[in-house]
Amino acid sequence: MALTKAAMAEKLFDDLGLNKREAKEMVDLFFEEIRIALEKGEQVKLSGFGNFDLRSKNQRPGRNPKTGEEIPISARRVVTFRPGQKLRARVEAYAGTVEQ
Amino acid sequence: MTKSELIEAIALKQTQLTQKDIDSAVKTLLEHMAHSLSNGERIEIRGFGSFSLHHRPPRTGRNPKTGDAVKLPEKYVPHFKPGKELRDRVNGTGNGSK
Repeated sequence: MALTKAAMAEKLFDDLGLNKREAKEMVDLFFEEIRIALEKGEQVKLSGFGNFDLRSKNQRPGRNPKTGEEIPISARRVVTFRPGQKLRARVEAYAGTVEQ
Repeated sequence: MTKSELIEAIALKQTQLTQKDIDSAVKTLLEHMAHSLSNGERIEIRGFGSFSLHHRPPRTGRNPKTGDAVKLPEKYVPHFKPGKELRDRVNGTGNGSK
């Protein structure tokens, strides 16, 4: 089972005693404030977890994979995530099978 | 934006919780996410994106100083795929509220 916002809110309820409404609002605001910063063109750095960076891409040639028709991929700004040292080290240590 | 700026931004948007509560909540959320990933569990947040692990097969690397070959074991690395809403908003093609 993947981790979802519902399970994250449940955790705030269990560990910190936020009520259900506060917990849900907290989780929503957490992701929304990160989106707002990125939307404004601001990098987001969460120490111990990782950085959300922005990259500007130039227009490049592309193809419709169904029809093979050539169509340009327009210039755009994209988000990339760069995991921090601490998260990398924790994940690297994982030896089991990955849930797909 | 740093973690403490994120905590301040959240505090400005709501009135129920103290800054201290929000500080604990943000740290709890990040730890919950890191914990899930380090146990091989995906994270799926609608409108934001999903985090998963990508496998890296074992390879032979080199010590850049000595040039010696070093066997590097297989490993997993965290991967983030932005969701549609985040992609659109960052690219200025979203409507901002949805």
